Amino acid sequence: MTVSETGSSRVKRGLAEMLKGGVIMDVVTPEQARIAEDAGAVAVMALERVPADIRSQGGVARMSDPDLIDAIIAEVSIPVMAKARIGHFVEAQVLQALDVDYIDESEVLSPADYVNHIDKWAFNTPFVCGATNLGEALRRINEGAAMIRSKGEAGTGDVSEATKHIRKISSEINVLRSMTKDELYVAAKELQAPYELVLEVAETGKLPVVLFVAGGVATPADAAMMMQLGADGVFVGSGIFKSGNPEARAAAVVKATTFYDDPSVVAAVSRGLGEAMVGINVADLAAPHRLAERGW
Amino acid sequence: MTTNLRSGSLDAGVSASAGPRVGVLALQGDFREHAHVLATLGAEVSLVRRPEELDAVDGLVIPGGESSVMDKLARTFGLQAPLKAAIAAGLPVYGTCAGLIMLADTVLDAIAGQESLGGLDVVVRRNAFGSQNQSFETDLDIPALGEVPVHAVFIRGPVVESVGAAATPLATLADGRVVAVEQGNLLGTSFHPEITGEHRFHEYFLAKVRERASVSS
Repeated sequence: MTVSETGSSRVKRGLAEMLKGGVIMDVVTPEQARIAEDAGAVAVMALERVPADIRSQGGVARMSDPDLIDAIIAEVSIPVMAKARIGHFVEAQVLQALDVDYIDESEVLSPADYVNHIDKWAFNTPFVCGATNLGEALRRINEGAAMIRSKGEAGTGDVSEATKHIRKISSEINVLRSMTKDELYVAAKELQAPYELVLEVAETGKLPVVLFVAGGVATPADAAMMMQLGADGVFVGSGIFKSGNPEARAAAVVKATTFYDDPSVVAAVSRGLGEAMVGINVADLAAPHRLAERGW
Repeated sequence: MTTNLRSGSLDAGVSASAGPRVGVLALQGDFREHAHVLATLGAEVSLVRRPEELDAVDGLVIPGGESSVMDKLARTFGLQAPLKAAIAAGLPVYGTCAGLIMLADTVLDAIAGQESLGGLDVVVRRNAFGSQNQSFETDLDIPALGEVPVHAVFIRGPVVESVGAAATPLATLADGRVVAVEQGNLLGTSFHPEITGEHRFHEYFLAKVRERASVSS
């Protein structure tokens, strides 16, 4: 008799592999989840408020109401993700009990622990975590994250931070690739990451898990640019349902993500989408309001 | 592009040799993992996103991913009809997970309006095991591939609920549910050999591609 195993690294990382080349969309109602699935989303992120509203309304942002998450799971057949606060392992336990497909330990919510992240190895449900650089990504993977997303600056519609983070991770990987083995010990110290993971990245030239981009993606061209910069796929948060025509914009971002290297397709799908989300320039945000700086 | 970030980069194993020409449908999903395995086995691999790219291959792999997304993109970009025609004309096609769903004549629990390409005389149920918490890995005995069990990873995978007269089951779970089928030049698995280092399904498929290429040339 053969033994079956759930919750292994291969199974957890494997779902992220299947999401590659796709778009994961933030949704706050079952109706939005339906629109996202119909538009070709590979997964949805179920939450009570999109980052743009968390930003404008302020207050403590927490895990969503289980009723809302249940309703969204019931509405769609694609994977459903949901967010727990950084370090809030009980919110994560609740999300696992709700049978979500992925848990996002997210800086978009208010952190619950300013020292520790969640021990993600302790869960059967896989985790995705944000990172602004390679060291942060490897620390999250060391804690058990099965997927990484660059953070960007959520809820702004300004893609510049997402660009900065994917370029940073990419260039730090390239530096590792050029190092001799003895130099990697120092590199691991400087990245504040485990040596074994640093060595693996130096040898393979990539993260050991799938890397999506998030935070500020608002247009088909934004999505295509992130793909050209080396992302495996994109998260779109406020960019779709804070725009003038969510159905059309969602479908357009999906097509641009698949044909990211074909400007004629990106041009065709960018036509007539109506207004993009208004957006905030990251440079205008006071430092305490920058979500990407949460996480350690 | 100079970045090497993307996992499963093609650079590592593409051979310049004149192996069989195999396309991998690259609309969404883990197509690079398939491309890497096929290249390792000596195939001349190309990614297929447009109808004209289909003309240049002797076989096609439909990867794992989200079947509803692949279906939508295949129809939007004019690939559905040429793919159906190619399957009808005998093109060898191997589908894993979402790819198996695409090849099934009948799909249960599909999203509203979802279509498959068809070709395999089977009824397939999407997400048959439930949520990601029920995704699993296990060993399967598959006599057609030899005595060593196949290590199989099921990720929100489908199962074949019924096998029509034209199709043959290749593998079953301990509870009897069918998770791999074959019908002429078509091959489908609920699981993902492309992410476990298991090459025997791809070799089995490449034999079909070589045979077909030698007949048609």
